[in-house]
Amino acid sequence: MRERILYALGAIAGLWLARNLYVILLGLPDEAAQGAIYRILFFHVPGWITCFTAFLLAGISSILYLIKSDPRYDTFAVATVEVGIAFTVIGLVTGSIWARIIWGIWWTWDPRLTWALITCIIYMGYLMLRRAIDEPTTRAKNAAVLCIFSFASVVITYKAIDWWRTQHPGAVLSFRTGGGSIDPLMESMLFQNAAALLLLAAVLVAVRMRQEEIGREVESLRRHAHAI
Amino acid sequence: MDERNFTYMFFGFAAAWLILALYVLSLVAREKRLRRELDSVRNMLEQRERT
Repeated sequence: MRERILYALGAIAGLWLARNLYVILLGLPDEAAQGAIYRILFFHVPGWITCFTAFLLAGISSILYLIKSDPRYDTFAVATVEVGIAFTVIGLVTGSIWARIIWGIWWTWDPRLTWALITCIIYMGYLMLRRAIDEPTTRAKNAAVLCIFSFASVVITYKAIDWWRTQHPGAVLSFRTGGGSIDPLMESMLFQNAAALLLLAAVLVAVRMRQEEIGREVESLRRHAHAI
Repeated sequence: MDERNFTYMFFGFAAAWLILALYVLSLVAREKRLRRELDSVRNMLEQRERT
């Protein structure tokens, strides 16, 4: 039953993204200054919204794990971090392709880009730390502490465009600027794609959590087998 | 410029979908491996409990 719901939600997310892609490519006009390339932002910005949400939820879940010692919170944290990293990579790669046309370069050590890369590396480090510790409780506790502190990097990445005005464009979304920086139709499409990506991410997190539970069962059965 | 602009837009979309597809494929592969491991440990445990 649970699997069927997951497949159904995954299919809805896929169809929603396909419909959004159709509207982005054929329904929206080119941007006056950037031309067709601005359409990459409909994946770039929602990709970052999705990964920031994932890392926020992972941080909250890690705090709850340290308070309650319930392994389900640890499972949720690792699943959201892994899915968050996939969307971070999407944000970095799509941003780089956009920059090649608009700035004429693939990459620059601008504070926003640099902190985005650092965030990605820190969360990859979180997954590496988990692999390095065998004992489940020690692994979960250490990972939870790292996950909580890692969120500072997400906050710095998010605020970098306000703190350091360099190469990366400033905020354009209405909730940050008060409106007037982006066409309402384009902003609405941007949020629609963010919603579709968040739904897809939720499905991926659920799948990843199930795998973590199977992994936990394998570990526990192995320990039981050694004890016999 | 316009053609190049359009080509890079295509690269951007292709990259986003490709990364998602690769991640989903890695999840599918991991699921298969974990289920195989679970079956093998269960079988091993059953054999040990019998003997």
